[in-house]
Amino acid sequence: MDFDFLGETFVRLLSGIPLTLELAFSSVGLGIVLAVALALMLRARFLPLGWFADAFVFVFRGTPLLVQLFLIYYGLGQFRPELQEMGLWWFFRAPYYCALLALTLNTAAYGAEIVRGGLQSVPAGQIEAARAFGMSGFTLYRRIVAPIALRQALPAYGNEIILMIKATSLASTITIMEVTGLAHKLISETFRSFEVFFAAGAIYLIVNFAVTRLIWLAEHRIAPDLTLAERTAELH
Amino acid sequence: MKLIRLTAIAGAVLAVCFSIGDASAQNRKIKVATEGAYAPWNFVNSAGKLEGFELDLGAELCKRAKLDCEFVAQDWDGIMPSLLAKKYDAIMAGMNITPKRMETINFTAPYAAGPHGFLILKSSSLAKMPGGEYSLTKDLAGAEKAIEELKPFLKGKVLGAQVSTTNLNWAEKYFKGVVEIREYKTTEQHDLDLAAGRVDAVVVAHSAAKATMDSAVGKDMAIGGPAFSGGILGLGVAVGIRKEDNDLKAAFDAAVKSAIADGTIKTLSMKWFKIDMTPKS
Repeated sequence: MDFDFLGETFVRLLSGIPLTLELAFSSVGLGIVLAVALALMLRARFLPLGWFADAFVFVFRGTPLLVQLFLIYYGLGQFRPELQEMGLWWFFRAPYYCALLALTLNTAAYGAEIVRGGLQSVPAGQIEAARAFGMSGFTLYRRIVAPIALRQALPAYGNEIILMIKATSLASTITIMEVTGLAHKLISETFRSFEVFFAAGAIYLIVNFAVTRLIWLAEHRIAPDLTLAERTAELH
Repeated sequence: MKLIRLTAIAGAVLAVCFSIGDASAQNRKIKVATEGAYAPWNFVNSAGKLEGFELDLGAELCKRAKLDCEFVAQDWDGIMPSLLAKKYDAIMAGMNITPKRMETINFTAPYAAGPHGFLILKSSSLAKMPGGEYSLTKDLAGAEKAIEELKPFLKGKVLGAQVSTTNLNWAEKYFKGVVEIREYKTTEQHDLDLAAGRVDAVVVAHSAAKATMDSAVGKDMAIGGPAFSGGILGLGVAVGIRKEDNDLKAAFDAAVKSAIADGTIKTLSMKWFKIDMTPKS
């Protein structure tokens, strides 16, 4: 292995990190809003809402992200006149927005299931107790359901964020030059795949290391008792 | 008598064995990589089989070079690294000879050559670009003057090209800063984006551009502006071979030469490209 070349490659790939992080965090940010909405729909008493959310999760969890990306980018690209009529073409014309949309819808589907699991883990007794205190609707959610659900859901959601950071690499297939896109370009210039992918892998590893630390900190803040219990269990 | 018969049978068996041994010594088994996404050079047909100019020509060259060739499909962006990693022994994938590539691999004599240019939508303002034919090898100054004249037309437009191609290198060398350049994994993908209007033009070999125009996706497309060849656009399409594989290079060189001499390449070129792409020496 050529260490000088490895170092050079690493530095060149660093310039792709902003775009990788931008895609990952925008899609996770938008995705979580959608995920909460979908999770509430899944629990809605009005059945068609639940059916819609079910179908959404089924489709976006059951098909590969790469296929979704190609369907949105190349597939919808063939309906340009219709999209222009609807005034949506400016959005679908840009590779970045197509990637953002695919990533957002995909993470929303997974996120909806995580949030639903968190909501379901709230013990019925706690809700009953809250109702006995006269809480209802929004207050009940804000004071009791949301805090408990969040504590339950955060570890799984952290996992989803890491998966999304790695999933942004697929955006390189629709001409977006994030870390993996730059790596492919470098390989095509130098024909040396080992060093380039090694450097790209190291970059994802470093980014994800930082993200796991941040998630751990968040978990610790929200549920110090749980993380503390984990640590004391490790000590014994 | 029995002994004689036995000896004769043994002799016959031995002779068969030797002749098989001879055949395998003569016909070296090799794998040839092609992209399978670059019609009409090489593509996957509706039956899922590789087909195209290079498949026909490859079979012919292998026969002449006494090689047992098996064609395999390989994504373009990994086609040279995989040759170096010995996943196969030769590349026939519309690949042009360039000095940069020759730092890494070797090429045989070219078996085809043709011009490159822009593929655009007929309705585009780029249709007003002046035409002409320029060689970056023979008249670099003239070609560069023609390129300068294209810049006002292309300013602010989006150009597409396949990654790791001479087309992309050419576009980056002359139009960086003037246009936005997007890189695609396959030419099929940039053709789709041209049809959708996401890019204003793609830089391609005219041979591939014509195939696109004949297909459903290219019905509103045309070749715009001048034709360019030579220089950084490449010195002709040739078989790519590992540097140390001199025997294979010699065998292919001789086969290419004879296929040019007896008009086989011209015939196949007319069949697949409708024009003669035989390299001019």
